Amino acid sequence: MRAIVLALGLILHAAFAAAFQVEEETFFPATGDEQRVLSILSTTDTVILRPLIAGFQARRPDVALRYTMANSQAVYAAVHDEGLSFDLVISSAMDLQMKLANDGFAAPYGSTATAGLPGWARWQNRLFAFAQENVVLIASRSGLGDLRLPQTRRDLIELLRDNPDRFRGKIGTYDPELSGAGYLFATQDARQSDSFWRLAEVMGGLAPRLYTTSNEMIADLKQGRLLLAYNALGSYAEPRLADDPDAAVIELEDHTLTLLRTGLIPVAAEAPDLGGLFLDFLLEPEGQRLLRDEAGLPPIDEAALSGRPHLRPMRLDPGLLVFLDGLKRRGFLDEWNAALSRN
Amino acid sequence: MRRAPLSLRLRLVLQLLGIAAVLAIVLYFTVRTVADQAAEATQDGVLGAATLAIAERLQGGDDDVGVDLPYEAFSILGSISADRVFYRIEAGGTTLTGYDDLPLPEAAGAAVTPVFYTRAYRDTEVRIAAVGRMVLVARKPVPVLVLVAQTRQGQEAIAQRVAQRAAALGLGSFALAAALSLLTAGSVLRPINRLADAVGQRGPQDLRAVDHPTPAELRPLITALNGFIARLRGALSRTETFIAEAAHHIRTPLATVRARAEIAMRQSTSEDTRETLRAVIRAVEESSRSAGQLLDHATVVYRSDRMADERFDLAKLVETQAEAFRPTADLKDLTIRLSGTDTPVIVQGDRPLIEAALRNLLDNAVKYSADETTIDLSLTGGPEARIEVADRGRGLSGQAQARLSKRFARGENAGDVIGSGLGLTIVEEVAAAHGGRFELTEREGGGACARLFLPLG
Amino acid sequence: MRFLLVEDSPDLAQSVADRLRLDGHAVDPAASLAEARDCLAAASYDLILLDISLPDGDGRTFLAAERRSGRDTPIIVMTARAEVSDRVDVLDLGADDYVTKPFDFAELEARCRAVLRRKGTALQTVQHFVGLTFNPLNASLSVGGEVRDLRNRELRLLEILLAAPERIFSKSQICDRLFSYAESVTDNAIEVYVARLRKKLEGSGARIETVRGIGYRLTSG
Repeated sequence: MRAIVLALGLILHAAFAAAFQVEEETFFPATGDEQRVLSILSTTDTVILRPLIAGFQARRPDVALRYTMANSQAVYAAVHDEGLSFDLVISSAMDLQMKLANDGFAAPYGSTATAGLPGWARWQNRLFAFAQENVVLIASRSGLGDLRLPQTRRDLIELLRDNPDRFRGKIGTYDPELSGAGYLFATQDARQSDSFWRLAEVMGGLAPRLYTTSNEMIADLKQGRLLLAYNALGSYAEPRLADDPDAAVIELEDHTLTLLRTGLIPVAAEAPDLGGLFLDFLLEPEGQRLLRDEAGLPPIDEAALSGRPHLRPMRLDPGLLVFLDGLKRRGFLDEWNAALSRN
Repeated sequence: MRRAPLSLRLRLVLQLLGIAAVLAIVLYFTVRTVADQAAEATQDGVLGAATLAIAERLQGGDDDVGVDLPYEAFSILGSISADRVFYRIEAGGTTLTGYDDLPLPEAAGAAVTPVFYTRAYRDTEVRIAAVGRMVLVARKPVPVLVLVAQTRQGQEAIAQRVAQRAAALGLGSFALAAALSLLTAGSVLRPINRLADAVGQRGPQDLRAVDHPTPAELRPLITALNGFIARLRGALSRTETFIAEAAHHIRTPLATVRARAEIAMRQSTSEDTRETLRAVIRAVEESSRSAGQLLDHATVVYRSDRMADERFDLAKLVETQAEAFRPTADLKDLTIRLSGTDTPVIVQGDRPLIEAALRNLLDNAVKYSADETTIDLSLTGGPEARIEVADRGRGLSGQAQARLSKRFARGENAGDVIGSGLGLTIVEEVAAAHGGRFELTEREGGGACARLFLPLG
Repeated sequence: MRFLLVEDSPDLAQSVADRLRLDGHAVDPAASLAEARDCLAAASYDLILLDISLPDGDGRTFLAAERRSGRDTPIIVMTARAEVSDRVDVLDLGADDYVTKPFDFAELEARCRAVLRRKGTALQTVQHFVGLTFNPLNASLSVGGEVRDLRNRELRLLEILLAAPERIFSKSQICDRLFSYAESVTDNAIEVYVARLRKKLEGSGARIETVRGIGYRLTSG
C-alpha cells in the first residue's frame, strides 16, 4: 500500500488550527479514478489501521482517504471546541467520544452493520464500538526472577510491598494528568475497586514512571527499563511482545477493564456517507477479520466477554461523563497526586 | 326534488360508527396521555434521584462548595434509555461545573424536592430536574442549585410505541364496533322487517288489526296502523253496506212493481192495458239490469285494485255458471252446449271477477239468442285459458268491438233487448286486470262469438 | 207446490204470494225469521223462498241453521244484493239457487222446477189425462209407455192446458205464461207451439182444440 506522508499538508493544517496538534496525517490516494475524499480523525496509529484502509479502498477504489492521527484530547478538542470537519472520528477514549455524542456532535447513523452490534457496543445510533481491548498488566519474567507472577491487584500490591527495591523506578503506568486513556483507565479502576488507591499509594512510594502512550511503556519494558507496566493496552502489547518470551501479559483476575474503541460520524462531516461506509467496513465480517488478523485489534465479540467473567467492558453510558467534569477531574487528580506522593 | 331520506339501517350504522370512531379516538388519546405521563413520571423519578444524589454529596468548605458527582447517578440515567445527559451545578449565581447554558428553573431558588420542567436545549428538547441546597461556605450559607437534564428520546420512543399500540387498539376497537354496529343495526331493524313482512303478506281482503309481537318502540306505529286499518275497514264496510242497502231499497220495490204488473197483466184482457203493463215490466227489467251491471262494474273496479290472487279451476266455474243459466235459457228453449270442462284448467286470479265476466257474457248470449238455438260454451287449456261463448243471435252487425265494449254503448241492433251496455266493458276490464284479453267477433253462419283469454296459473 | 215465502216487505210479499197463487201454488208468507220457524214447525213445504235482509236477522243465518239441522227443504234465496260475493256466499251456505230481485216469475218457476228436479223430490206431480202421463219435473210425456221429450215451451203449454182440461185458455193467457212479459209476441208464435204439442200428443187420445176467436183447450174428444 502506497502511503504518502504529506508534511506540507501537516504544516498547512497546523497553521490554521493552531490548537489542534496533529501527530501525523497520511493521504491515501484513490486506487482508481479519484472521486471523493474521506477524512478520518483517529487516535489509532496509522500503521495499525493501514490494512483496514487498504481493504476499504480495494472495495471503493474511487475514494481517497485522509487519515489524521492525534491524541485523544486533541481529537476531542478538534470536534468539540474547534468544529473541524471530519467524516469519521475514531478514538479509544470512550469518555471523550461519549461526551462528543452526548453533547450533540455525533450525527445519527444506521446500517445493517451497526444494527448487528450488541447493545453494550453502541450508544444510541451515534457511537459505535468496533474493537474491544483489554487493559492489562505486563511483567518482565526475567525482572521478576523467582517471584510469582501476580494474578490480582492484591498479589501485585504484596509483590511491590515485599520487594520495594527491586521495583523502585521500574514500574510504569499512564499519567492520568496527561493521557486521556490513562485518566479513563484510572478512574474506571477506581470505580471498580478500592484496591486501586492502595496500589496507587504503593506505586507512589516506588517512583513510578508515567507515560502517555502504551507503545512507550511497552518499548521501555522491552528494553528492560521497566519490570511492570500497569494498565497498558493489551492489543498494543500482544503483537509487539509475541516474539518476546520475557514479557508476560497478564489479565488481572479481580478485574480487567475492557476498552471499546469507538467511531462516530460528526454532525459537521462533509461526507458523512463515506464516514458511514468506512464505519460499516470496520464492523462487517471482512473488516473485523482484518482488524483481528492484520491490525491486531480484537473485534467485537460477545462470546469472548461472557466466557471470561473478570473482563469488565466499560459501559457506554452517561456515567462516563462524570469523570470528565472539571471539579470531579480535579478532585480525582488531586487524590491521585496525593496517593502518589504520600510516601 | 325531495331527496330520499337515508335508510334506517344506514343511519343507525353511520351513527354507531360515528360513536365508535369518537370512542376509538378518545381511547387513543387517553392511552397516549396516560402512557406519556407514565413515561414522563418514570423519567422524572430517575432524574430526580440523580439530582438528589448529587445534591447530597455537596459539601461546604472554607473557600468553595465541594462537588463530588456520583458515577452511578449518571450511569443509572443511561440504564433506562440511551439518552443524552446534561447537568449544571450553580452556587451563588455562578456555574461551578457542568453545562453553563442549561436553562435554570423559572422560580428562583428551587425547592428541596426536585422541580421538573421541559426546555429546548441545544439541538433538542430536554427534561430537567432541579433541586436546591444551602451549603455553608466560610460559615456563610450559599444557595446551590443542582440541575440534571436528559433528552426525551427514550421517552419519545416509549410514547411512539405506546402510540402505535394505542392506534392499533383504537383501530381494533373501531373495527370491532363497526362489525357490532352492523349486527346491531340488523337486530334492531329485524322487528320492523318482520312487521313489514307480516303486513305485506296479507291478502287484499285481510283488514284485521295487526297483532304482531313488536318491541315497545314500535307500538305507536302499530297503534297508528291499526287505527288506520280500522278506519279503512269502517269506510269499506260502510260503502259495501251502502251499496247493498241501496240495491235492496231499489230492488225490493221494483220487485213489487213487477209482480203487481204481472198480476195485473194476467187479469187484464184489454190489449191496450196489457201493452202498457208490458212497458212497465220492460222498464223495471231495464232498471234492475242496469243496477246489476253498475254494481258489477263497481265491483270490478273496486276489486281490480286489490285483487285476490288464488289458483282455481276454471272448468268448474264455467260448469257452475252454465248450470246457473240453464233455467233462464230453457225459457227460450235455448240449449247451452258445454265442452272442454271435463279436465281442470287452472288459472290464477280473482274468482268473483272472472265469474262476473263470464256471467255477463252468458247473459248477453242468452239475451241476444234467437229462440230454440244453441249457445256453445267451450273452454280450452292451450298456452292460455280460453272461454268461448258463441251464440246464434243477431251478431254485431259490423260494429267494432271497441265501440261495443265502451261504457253504456249498445249495439245499434239491440233494439228491444234490454241491456245497459256495460256488460262488455266489464268483461274487458276483468280481462285486462288479469293480464288477459277479450275478443268479440261475428260468428260464421250468424251470431256473435266472444272469447275471453286468461293466462294459466 | 207449497211455498214458504220469507219476506219482510209486506208489499212485495203480498205481490209475490198473489202472483204465485195465480199459477196455482199455495203460499204461506212469513215476515220474519221467527215466523218462518213457526211455519216450518207447523207444516211442510216444497220450497222456501228466502229474503236476506230480515228484521230479526240475516237470512243467511237462517239458511245455515236449516242446513245444520239436517232439514233438506229446497231454499231459493231472493236477493237484492246482486254482488258477486253474495251469490257465492249463499250457495256455499246451502241455498239451492238464488234469484235477483226483481225477478221474472217465469224464471223463478223454471228455477224452482230445476231445483226440485235436482233434489229428486218425490212430488205428486205426475198427471194423467186420457192416455197420457205427464211429469212436469223431468219434462217427460209418456203415451202408452212411449216416452216423448218436451221442450220447455211445449211443456209449459201442456202444463197450462192440463191444469184445467176442457177449459178454454185465451191466446193472451197462454202468451203471458209462455213468453217473457217484456216481449211482444204475435199470436202466430203460439200456434207454432200448439202445432208441435199436438204432434207430441198424437195417439194419446188427448188433443188440443182451437176455439176460433177465443183460444185453445185440451180435450179428450
